[in-house]
Amino acid sequence: MEPLIKIENITVGYNKIPVLNNVNLDIFENDFIGVIGPNGGGKTTLLKAILGLLKPFKGTIKFRKDINGSKKQIGYLPQVKHIDRKFPITVFDVVRSGSIMQNQFKGKAQLKLKIEELLEDMGISNIRNKAIGELSGGQMQRVFLCRAILSNPKVLILDEPDTFVDNRFEGELYEKLQLLNNEMAIILVSHDMGTISSYVKTIACVNGGLHYHPSSNISQEQLDGYNCPIQVITHGEIPHTVLKHHH
Amino acid sequence: MNTIFELFQYSFFLKAILAAIFASISCGIIGGYIVSRRIVFISGGITHASFGGIGLAFFLGFNPLLGAALFAIFSALGIQFFTKVAEIREDSSIAIWWSMGMAMGIIFVFLTPGYTPNLMSYLFGNILTVTSLELWWMAVLNVVIIAFFALFFNKILYIAFDEEFARAAGLPVALFNYVTMILIALTVVLNIRVVGIILILSLLTIPQATANLYTNDFKKLLIYSTLFALFGTLSGLFISYFLDIPSGAAIIFTLVITFGLLRLFKYFFK
Repeated sequence: MEPLIKIENITVGYNKIPVLNNVNLDIFENDFIGVIGPNGGGKTTLLKAILGLLKPFKGTIKFRKDINGSKKQIGYLPQVKHIDRKFPITVFDVVRSGSIMQNQFKGKAQLKLKIEELLEDMGISNIRNKAIGELSGGQMQRVFLCRAILSNPKVLILDEPDTFVDNRFEGELYEKLQLLNNEMAIILVSHDMGTISSYVKTIACVNGGLHYHPSSNISQEQLDGYNCPIQVITHGEIPHTVLKHHH
Repeated sequence: MNTIFELFQYSFFLKAILAAIFASISCGIIGGYIVSRRIVFISGGITHASFGGIGLAFFLGFNPLLGAALFAIFSALGIQFFTKVAEIREDSSIAIWWSMGMAMGIIFVFLTPGYTPNLMSYLFGNILTVTSLELWWMAVLNVVIIAFFALFFNKILYIAFDEEFARAAGLPVALFNYVTMILIALTVVLNIRVVGIILILSLLTIPQATANLYTNDFKKLLIYSTLFALFGTLSGLFISYFLDIPSGAAIIFTLVITFGLLRLFKYFFK
């Protein structure tokens, strides 16, 4: 099967200083990849390279033909801390901005209908005319998720959608993502390994390089071999967390 | 009341009213954009840098607004270049262009033989001396701005709100940024005659702050800003005429008082 996105041996970073070295990753249809790793390890850098916001110093990122038109079919939910909350824009307009991804909507009426539908589905149609500055963390994330999926992308990229949200919404969010995963591949960056491990299918550990784990269970031995300094979570009768040994 | 109607017989007064209308539309829209994107300080840098062009024009003897336009666009691009390519901190590169333009203007004016009588009207503006040619230029700029914002409204909004998302989606963000930067530069330059270099920031920010009291919708913000600017410039114009005080300062004062009163009203009654 041809991957949607094929990342081949890229080195990428900022101001000529590499953050990620020699990264390889294939993203297939219906993948649900959890990207984990320490702060500064290059999680966001990886996403930006895939989105074309950062040009790799070397290596290539190839897209399957059908997602690589003039407008890429990739939905994106950025870290909300980068959003200017005082910007004069309504929830409806933020969601509508997701329509620039591609011109698949036939006319304004169809677009409006689709937005209404999404807002309803996400339980936020009551705040459609509010300014984004008035929203809670959970509402913000819902709005930005709506924007990311408005154009039915083939790949959905989420950068820490679980920040500023309460536990209840976090559960709802991941269940929503599991549903969406039937239609699109998902790449999810999170700092909360504990929660995502029960939802994602595979895990990519990013720390200067990338180590791909073809299951959402990682053992301590696997991690030790990769120098991946994170906490390890395993599934079991009783959910439990195994932290790495102190040295 | 007779005196008010008599005023309209004077062509200088009719020109002033046209100038007020054109200034309100261009500053209302462009100012709304500037404030929303938080690039007020860049606009201040461009405005003050344009004084260098006015000085150069006095020295070499060509139209001061042409000199101002050249310097404004040049400094707008220069600030971008300093920040992105030379990796100088953005606020510092703005300050460098800001003060360098002013310094060059002062040197050129000093070197110009004889007295330069118009200098004050460029620094503080004089809406009563706007010429027909300048009005034509303002009209053209207004048409360009309205057309640009009407045609590309959504794209402008999406880029202004979340540039990274727009870039990821494949919008020509850099092109839009350059076009809007040039429109900002031209708006500043053509409105220098109305309120002056030193006061123009107010026309780009105070009506917007007032509009922001009533809306959080980008489109409405642009429209309300224009209306508040219109109210401020027209009433400032009449106040300046009847009290015989400088027009630029009278306009700014009206704008500030309007904002202050409405803000207080909102505080006490909402």
